[in-house]
Amino acid sequence: MNKVIIARDLSLSYSSNETIINKANFSIDSGSFVFITGASGSGKSTLVKSIFGALKPKQGSLVVGGVELNRVSRSKLNLLRRHIGIVFQDYKLIKEWTIDKNIMLPLLINGYVKSVANNQVDKLLKHVRLNHQSGKYPLELSGGEQQRVAMARALSHNPILILADEPTGNLDEYSSQLIWNLLEGANSQLKTTVIVVTHHIPKTISTDYKHFHIEYGSINEIR
Amino acid sequence: MKSVKNHLSLVIALLSILFSMQVFFIVDRSIEAYKVNLASSYSVIAVSKKPLENGEIVKINKIISSVQELSPDSVIKRLSSDMKNTNVELLKLTLPKFYKLSLAYYPTSEEVKELRADLLANNSITKVEDFSHTHGTTYKLLLLFKNVVSLFAFVVLIVTVLLIFKELRIWQYKHNERMTIMGLFGAALWLRSAVLFRLAIVDALIASFLAFGIFFYMSSHPWVLEQLGSIGINIVIFNPINDFLIILGVAISISIVLASLIVIGHKEEA
Repeated sequence: MNKVIIARDLSLSYSSNETIINKANFSIDSGSFVFITGASGSGKSTLVKSIFGALKPKQGSLVVGGVELNRVSRSKLNLLRRHIGIVFQDYKLIKEWTIDKNIMLPLLINGYVKSVANNQVDKLLKHVRLNHQSGKYPLELSGGEQQRVAMARALSHNPILILADEPTGNLDEYSSQLIWNLLEGANSQLKTTVIVVTHHIPKTISTDYKHFHIEYGSINEIR
Repeated sequence: MKSVKNHLSLVIALLSILFSMQVFFIVDRSIEAYKVNLASSYSVIAVSKKPLENGEIVKINKIISSVQELSPDSVIKRLSSDMKNTNVELLKLTLPKFYKLSLAYYPTSEEVKELRADLLANNSITKVEDFSHTHGTTYKLLLLFKNVVSLFAFVVLIVTVLLIFKELRIWQYKHNERMTIMGLFGAALWLRSAVLFRLAIVDALIASFLAFGIFFYMSSHPWVLEQLGSIGINIVIFNPINDFLIILGVAISISIVLASLIVIGHKEEA
């Protein structure tokens, strides 16, 4: 099976004297659903940052989608990011743009024609059950609705990989369940690789998924 | 209202640069026009032992535009009452020849010195009167005026460029979140920064059109025309096509260069 992520002796840090992740070795198969858990400050978000190239490895190597991130050029990194969908706990929506335009962002970056992008946005708004909110701005929506917009944005360009950093951290039960359903749907129907960083795995979700746990700087495969 | 205020700070800063630049042009043109006026009323007198051809004198230095021989008749007339005709004719032959040299343009002090030396190098020319003292004072005054205006324009340029830079940095902070989010999805630098460039170009256009309006009005204002007319200067204060294109080019260039510096210096947050 193809590997979408390969890490060899990967060390990550923000400063020279503190290592967050220490010599980790792991790989993630293409089309898999993976949980990464760990306590607060264990390095979960740091790992996510390194996967989308916002943090360069201190040591070792990290290959994502065939791109070696240790010495990647800015233009190559941009190309890689165009195939990744990201969901953050704080949504990271552009407040000055309508939710439609927010969802359209990856499509416009990937050079989709506006009419095709508009159709895709309409479909996605229905998919995340927000078609009645079309034309509104993010701050006019609830937290759960904003996260659904972020989910729609992450799915819009059919990425090869979805990274979700604490996607249900601030959400009510209904919105959380909807987000999990969307992530599982993308994985099962579109064969998108999904990596979810979370404090705890919900009981309603399949126990077949791969699970890594980060503790004291090392990444351990639980299943 | 807030948006107008945001635009206003950059527009005013750009306008000050354009204003000082155009004032510099006006001063430069006024001085050039004044120099032409001075050149036409300025002349050099050369005294020669024997008659010289006008063409011969013109060839001595390229600054000499024309030569006029001064008639000695007025001097002779005063003396002729006490002299015999034959002596008057003799005097006419022995008197030196006086030539008034008109200049092609208003000379610098160095050019006057060079002209004097060139004329005196001719064996026939014995004396050159060039009024260099009066000329030097006027010329230095003009240069001082031009230098003061240039210095003023330069200081305005530096201060306002710093102000624009600060203003663009504020814009960058405002748009930082948007630029970062676009970067997370792989937007190229130009796409992430498009809003910054768009704002900078819009403000450059507003400032250019305002400058056009101000100088177009000024160029036809009776008071301005009267002031220039009183010192005998007739210049184009503002050329609606050439000057506007220069203003527009400068405003857009400054905005784009500063916006580019801000964009290049932007560090992505994750």
